[in-house]
Formats: sequence, structure tokens, C-alpha cells
Amino acid sequence: MCLAIPGQIVELFPDQPNAALIDVVGVRRKVDLGLLQDDMPVRGDWVLIHVGFAMSKISEKDAIDQMRTLRMLGEAEAAMQEVEGYGLDHAENTKAS
Amino acid sequence: MKFVDEFRDPEVITKTSEEIRRLADPNRHYRIMEVCGGHTHAIYRFGLKDLLPSNIELIHGPGCPVCVLPMGRIDDGLSIAQQPDVIFAAFGDMMRVPGTQGSPLEHKARGMDVRIVYSPSDALKLAQMSPEKHVMFFAIGFETTAPSTALTLVRAKAQSIHNFSVFCNHVTIIPAIRAILDSPDMRIDAFIGPGHVSTVIGCRPYEWIAKNENKPVAVSGFEPLDILQSIVMVLRQLKADEAKIENQYKRVVPWEGNHAALRAMADVFELRPYFEWRGLGFISQSALRIRESYAEWDAEQRFHVPGVRVTDPKAAQCGEVLKGVLKPHQCKLFGKECTPEHPIGALMVSSEGSCAAYFNYEHRKTAMVTSIASVA
Repeated sequence: MCLAIPGQIVELFPDQPNAALIDVVGVRRKVDLGLLQDDMPVRGDWVLIHVGFAMSKISEKDAIDQMRTLRMLGEAEAAMQEVEGYGLDHAENTKAS
Repeated sequence: MKFVDEFRDPEVITKTSEEIRRLADPNRHYRIMEVCGGHTHAIYRFGLKDLLPSNIELIHGPGCPVCVLPMGRIDDGLSIAQQPDVIFAAFGDMMRVPGTQGSPLEHKARGMDVRIVYSPSDALKLAQMSPEKHVMFFAIGFETTAPSTALTLVRAKAQSIHNFSVFCNHVTIIPAIRAILDSPDMRIDAFIGPGHVSTVIGCRPYEWIAKNENKPVAVSGFEPLDILQSIVMVLRQLKADEAKIENQYKRVVPWEGNHAALRAMADVFELRPYFEWRGLGFISQSALRIRESYAEWDAEQRFHVPGVRVTDPKAAQCGEVLKGVLKPHQCKLFGKECTPEHPIGALMVSSEGSCAAYFNYEHRKTAMVTSIASVA
């Protein structure tokens, strides 16, 4: 929850100005861009994501470093589970097990 | 060698560790607090204590949102969810945190509608998908997650989604640091500042710690080298008798923070006059509540909340561990009655809790020391 997840913006939606499709190591989910409204990212930019919201823009190098940090901390799996859970796409993710 | 292989630049790690030994005055005992639970996790995972001289003591701070939440708030949230047609939605971290009558997961086993969400916006989406139900999002976290909750409330209001509310437990980091500095049984020489909280609040809010309290602060990243470099930064300051705020995590933390996130928080939240923190007691202006303009989406205004105060189980010494007065293993229950599988206190639940981190990684220390020694 407190560690940021790096992702790349792969698609923006003209009809949803606050949403972006991001790619996190091959997993694609929609995130909210509302907290970056002062400096909106464009397609191809890298961002750090907290709980479904892009929180800061970073360089590609820093994004790779951050994913590495998550792996080192043993948090990569939890991070991917979080990303996969965004959008309630998987019914099982909405059920506490 | 496994751990060293995972490090970036093991030689730099060794050099930084040597630099720390050079900077530390052998006649002085240093108490450096890492505020953030993510740092606590990293320190134990990588056995960083073994790379430090014995006169540098790392004190684990209050920056684990699950850990500082008093049990009464969990009970309050669960009591709302006991009302008919209410769905209790929360991050996975919350699910195993014990309330008086059990954790949210245990309540689910007894029939409560409890859902894990990974984003507050998904709790809102769940409300849209369940028009016959009311979704209450149990919000926790420091400034890393509070802006997302704020923006979710803005969206709920804009879209007129009325079957959604937030039970707000967001806390702010600065008053907790102030309470620790004011505490008579705490003596801290310097702080390792939180990384991701600072992406939101920036570095400026820490300036009083240097100016008024004469304590160095280094805002730090989460890798072993980041944390060791931050220790070098504060030791250099202490040696030069300086106190200032340094940003070791410049690659992610802008000095000024994220203005849009701060605006979202200010629009939706206001400071509570006081809030109870586990271990630290009541701290003035240390938590956020939902403004009157969003009252309809405030679970505390919308539902009856018992507001009971619950003391922690007597034998558990979570408070002392949270304040850094006791180390996790010095608690009477540590590793016996209280384990990550059967947590009695919240510090054993979250991976950012110092007890869980200590429990999970302590036994790897020996391997770590051997590995580092073989590189050096």
C-alpha cells in the first residue's frame, strides 16, 4: 500500500480525461490520473502508482529501478496482485479469501 | 551469496557501510528513527543492522498505517458493516487486523459482506455495481493514500453516487513525529524520512525538525543503498553539528511535493482536533476527517458509530514497540502467542509492521552477515 508501483501509460481516452491504461510488466489496467492534473502525462510516460492512482511522473530508468526495488523487497508479487485487482476485473479479487 | 546478488552494487554497499563506521563517533550512541514502515521492512529484510556499527541504533517509527490504528476504530468500522445491506470494503492489509470480536476476515466467515479492493475508486465502482447495497470503504493510510480517497469522494459527489461512504482513518505523519519528539522517554538523534509520503507532501514540512528541534532528516528511498546513504547523510550532519533536510530520494521525491494531491486532500478533508494512535495516545490535529460539504459520503456522519475505546490486550506491548521503547522481540508475546499466522497485535499483521518484519527476517541475519563478509 505504501510502496509505489511503476507503470507505463499505453493509452489515453479522449472521453475520460482522468483515466489512462497503464502497463505494469505486461498487465494492463486503467488508473486514475487526477492527481497529476498539474502536469498531465502523455502516452509513453512512466508513472508511479499508489492504490490505483498515478502519483508522480518518473523516468523509464527510475521505473525499472522501482520494479527492481519491489522485487528486492519481496513485494513484486503483491504489487502485481494489486495491479491485477484494479478495476474489479477479476471477480475473485473482490472477495476476501 | 543470494542476498548480495540481489543488491545493486555490493561493493558500493560495503564502501557505504565503511563510510558509516568512519563517521560514527565510537564514544557516542546514535538513535536514528526510520519513520516509514516500508523502511522498517527493508531494514529487516536486508539485515542492514549488521552493516552498521553497534553504536548506531535504528528505532522503528510509527509509519505503518495498519499498526497505528487503535482497535476501537476497527470495531467501529465493523459495527457499521453489521447493519443490513452494508458492504465492508478495504485494502487487503486490513483484512487480518484484529478487532475485539475478530478481524474483518473473521467477520466475513460469520456472514458479513467483506470485500478486498485495491483502490478506493474500485470501492466506488462496487457501489455502482451494487445499487441495492451500501458500500463503506474503510480508508487507512498516510498522505500516500489519502489523496486517492479524497479524489474518489470528489468523483462520488460529481457522479451523485449515494450508496457509498468512507470511514476515514487517514492520518498525517508530521504530528506523529512531533509527538515522538515531545515524548519524554524518547531520545532521537536523527530521522530517515518517509519516501512515498514525501512524494505528496514534499520535503518542506520536515523543516521544523531541523530548525526547531536541531535534528537532521534524510528523506530516503527503499533499497539497502538508499537507506545506508541516508544514514551517511544524517551522520555527516551530526558530525558537523548541523541540522537540515536532505533528499536522498530525489529521483522520486520533488522538494515541493504534489500540489494536485495536496489540493484534493484540502478540498475534501479537514484536520480532526485529535485522534487516537495506538501506542502514542491522542495526538492533536494528527488525522483527517471528511468536510461538511461531503457529509453525505462520511460513514461517521451517515451511520451511528459507537466510538468505543478499546485497550490493547494487556500482555501485548504494541504501544512500547511502536514508540521504539521496546524492540519487537522484547514483547512478552512475540513469537509465542503472537505470530504472523496468529497475530494478536497489528504490528504482526502488516508486512510494514516491525514485529512481522522482525519475525520474518531475523533468522536470515546469519546468512546475510556471512555473505557481506565474503564480498568485503
